[in-house]
Amino acid sequence: MLKNLRVKTSKFIDETTNVSFKFNGKTYYGFKGDTLASALLSNDVHLVGRSFKYHRPRGIMTAGSEEPNAIVQTNDNSAFTEPNVRATEIEIYDGLEASSQNCWPNVDFDIGGINNFLSPLLPAGFYYKTFMWPASFWEKYEYVIRHSAGLGKSPTEPDPDIYDHRYIHCDVLVIGAGITGIMAAKTAAKNNLKTLLLDEKTELGGSTIYQNSDFIKINDQSTSTWLENEITELEKLDNLEIKTRTSVAAYHGYNYLLARENLTDHLSKDDAKNKVRQRLLKIRAKKVIVATGSLERPMVFNNNDRPGIMLSSAIKKYADYYGVATGQKNIFFTNNDTAYESAISLSNKGIKVEAIVDIRENSNSEFTKEAENLGIKIYKNHTVVDTHGYKKLNKISIMELSKDGQSFTNSNKTILDCDCLGMAGGWTPAVHLFTQSGGKLKFRDQDQVFIPNKYPSDQISIGSCNGDFELDEIIKNTSKSLREFLNINQTDFDNLDTKCPKDKIVRNIWLLPSDEVIGKTKPFVDYQNDATANDIKLALREGFRSIEHVKRYTTTGMGTDQGKLGNMHALGIIADTTGIKVGELGTTTFRPPYTPLTFGTMVGRNVGEYFDAFRRTPMNDWHIENKAEFENVGQWKRAWYYPKNDETMHDAVQRESKAARDGAGILDASTLGKIDIQGTDASEFLNRVYTNAWSKLAIGKCRYGLMLNEDGMVYDDGVTTRLDENHYIMTTTTGGAANVLSKLEDYLQTEWPELDVYLSSVTDHYATASVCGPNSKKILNKIIPDLDLSDENFPHMSFKNAKIDNIKCRVMRISFTGEHTYEINVQANFGKSLWEMCMEAGEEFKITPYGTETMHLLRAEKGFIIVGQDTDGTMTPIDLQMDWIVSKKKYDFIGKRSLYRSDTMKEDRKQLVGLITDNPSEVLEEGAQIVANTNATPVEMLGHVTSSYYSPNLNKSIALAVVRGGKNMMGQKLIIAMENKNINVTIVDPVFFDKENVRLNA
Amino acid sequence: MFLITCPFCGEREQSEFKAGGEAHIIRPKQPTELSDDEWAEYLFMRKNIKGVQLERWNHANGCRKWFNAVRDTNNDEIKAIYKMGEKPPSI
Ligand SMILES: [Zn+2]
Repeated sequence: MLKNLRVKTSKFIDETTNVSFKFNGKTYYGFKGDTLASALLSNDVHLVGRSFKYHRPRGIMTAGSEEPNAIVQTNDNSAFTEPNVRATEIEIYDGLEASSQNCWPNVDFDIGGINNFLSPLLPAGFYYKTFMWPASFWEKYEYVIRHSAGLGKSPTEPDPDIYDHRYIHCDVLVIGAGITGIMAAKTAAKNNLKTLLLDEKTELGGSTIYQNSDFIKINDQSTSTWLENEITELEKLDNLEIKTRTSVAAYHGYNYLLARENLTDHLSKDDAKNKVRQRLLKIRAKKVIVATGSLERPMVFNNNDRPGIMLSSAIKKYADYYGVATGQKNIFFTNNDTAYESAISLSNKGIKVEAIVDIRENSNSEFTKEAENLGIKIYKNHTVVDTHGYKKLNKISIMELSKDGQSFTNSNKTILDCDCLGMAGGWTPAVHLFTQSGGKLKFRDQDQVFIPNKYPSDQISIGSCNGDFELDEIIKNTSKSLREFLNINQTDFDNLDTKCPKDKIVRNIWLLPSDEVIGKTKPFVDYQNDATANDIKLALREGFRSIEHVKRYTTTGMGTDQGKLGNMHALGIIADTTGIKVGELGTTTFRPPYTPLTFGTMVGRNVGEYFDAFRRTPMNDWHIENKAEFENVGQWKRAWYYPKNDETMHDAVQRESKAARDGAGILDASTLGKIDIQGTDASEFLNRVYTNAWSKLAIGKCRYGLMLNEDGMVYDDGVTTRLDENHYIMTTTTGGAANVLSKLEDYLQTEWPELDVYLSSVTDHYATASVCGPNSKKILNKIIPDLDLSDENFPHMSFKNAKIDNIKCRVMRISFTGEHTYEINVQANFGKSLWEMCMEAGEEFKITPYGTETMHLLRAEKGFIIVGQDTDGTMTPIDLQMDWIVSKKKYDFIGKRSLYRSDTMKEDRKQLVGLITDNPSEVLEEGAQIVANTNATPVEMLGHVTSSYYSPNLNKSIALAVVRGGKNMMGQKLIIAMENKNINVTIVDPVFFDKENVRLNA
Repeated sequence: MFLITCPFCGEREQSEFKAGGEAHIIRPKQPTELSDDEWAEYLFMRKNIKGVQLERWNHANGCRKWFNAVRDTNNDEIKAIYKMGEKPPSI
């Protein structure tokens, strides 16, 4: 029979709207406003998962983002599926499906549960110690371990949801809309500061908004009533933007913060359709007010993890906010007064509280008296030593503590029946964001908390994240902090009358004693990663000292919750064991994100075709119309090859390569980088940046240049043309254009500011058609009839200004294929017309468009390098056998000195060579390793293949490669070692075709 | 991500800039006269200290101008910005 565990109507829950959802395949009902956790608890479902290592049954522990146990997978088996979502943060909607993780075949019967009985065999570091030997067995172990471990399943399909990014600039950012956040936002906005208030919850007001205690009052009103009025006032203010369901993920330097705004996760699939699911807010705030509150600490004792064991504050929230009783027989276990507040609140709602087990010897506040008046049995100076019930708590055992808190006064054990135990271990300020921003903490001994000490930017922490836990000090200190931080004379909160008669006595015992032998106990410190206090002690015995090492060895604090609940206990246990004070141990580093972010939020709209910008040439439409296949070169989309009918890539490239040498070919070369260089020192500048000499280059002539890094390694290459006395146009590789410009600017601005030189990127200004082959001259003659194309007037490596139908163009006679070639440059918007004109004029000569693959093949036949393919940042011009381009006469150029370093002058550096295969039809794989002797151990790697093609013009396979000492190995036989075979090759000169350059002038 | 005040454009986000390493390393005027060690000192050796250091920055996605910055690497605070060729301010 389904129990009705709703205890009263709550204004935060819409009891008129039933919501149906599925958990582990079973249908349940909750109300609008419920989280998955509150809805499950209202259905008496505590068991929601299995623990990571021991597969112990686990229940819901908290009511917030710090939840370590109740992490579930939503939307099973669909592209929408998401693992590792906290049930305490999922707002239910009609049709929600969620399931437990870490269990197989199901949460009620989990085979991995056997690990719990094997647990004495699974101490910290067990996997490291056991399965690493013998090393070769690891793969087999890993299969089994991975199968039984794992945190949820990744979706296998692309995420269909829409995500977004937004920049926000504000004067004041307030993080957290609890009582202090509301005070801060109101004060800032009322003082004309543009304010942004964020909170991860659905409602504003934090825990105060459901606090209705007769003992805690502001101006004689209950705190919730007072705060509701404040929020009503707040919402009327201009200058203020409020975002709920928004979690700050990261707090970087310069008050730059990232937050995730959840927009549709609480809506049904139909309502969420076509809406942005989550938005990443990129916030620049002049001032930041951190009001992130604090997290309640659990208590560390034997078997403190059974379903039904929860945080005391969570039990209170489920009752007060969601109207759900988490148990019929509740017991609280505490070291301070807050559990009494929870117990009183429950009792007033008719939820039975059996007892309070308090480890303190004394407490005489109005809260403790009221609890006694309500008939709650109080066990002072007692601790829980064990708990019982496998899938649900049913009993606890308690004993009386000794004076030092490490043992017992007697051996009497009291057994108490209960189905829900609320732990109240004190409070840990949520300093995660503060430390992320670079803030330094200090330790406060009296209540054992780390609190902000030094602010690294214009920010403050207020309220309980700053160590103020009780209402009176919260109000007083917050209003004072706000006055100082915002530099104002008064706030609305300076003269409030507060009442909060809590006793501030806290008794802190990090690890509570047990009457069981150590080794048989399971006092969990990190619930999510199943790390116990015993694991931490073991790590210390094994010699680990640094908190960072203990953390990694035991995996404490390394789950998706980053140990929000247990990190302090881990520190405390280390301190108690080693005798070093907690404050001196230091904390581990909190890293972003505070709670996990989806990948979708991080990438936003930058998916698919928007992942990166594309650049397309003016001829792009023609390429598409003519069925070109494209390849990405940097951001450019370049025509790769133009398959005809059903041609394969190989067939198309062979045809194009042959046609370009036999008749005519045309290439879209618009993507090459173009830098316009002007100024009276332009020639001197080129002298300094290229390896060869430039001063004597006549106007109208072109020259190939090689550019080095200062370390002597080839950086870029290209042809530069002297357009006029003080005017050059430089071409760069397609991919290197931006970097070359930036490098040249660097030298001009910082090393040689005395040079009169100006650089401009004009890559996008021109479209370039490169027409090559024996018929190129006839084609150009048809397009520009009045241009004298004779070798005398227009020889190889020269340039002419010309006009095509009144459109100015620059024609360069330069060649990357070894064929007689003209590169025609026109203003970019005439690019497509130029191309079509060339195609029309070339039709009678069988002009063939070719793509980048054919270009690569043709240049390889000529042994021309491609920077970035045949070089990799470790090749000097000498390594490339291009000594001819390195001027011996020039006093200096970038990289010159490095060519004489002992390392660059070594004879056995890898050098560029040609390779031919014994079997001429065998084409090598680019990247394949080259060896001389396959029998040696280890086999010495001599180099690798950098470019490889089947040449249709030579009818054989050719390749370029870099080989150690290859320059002096002409004619030698080497081996390309492939997975299944060895291929025999011979080192040859890298120029395979037309060594005498006859065709350039044909 | 820090905010950097380009001396020519004003305050912009770090994503517009490119870091250029340690400042005031002057390219030797006569590299060929240097020993391997001396050249290596110029070519490879950079301090990268924890503390206040002088750095080169380029407004790469802006005005393309290079300038110098005084940055505390402890907290990324940029204490001063000055143009190429200027002496570092005393801080
Ligand atoms: Zn600028």
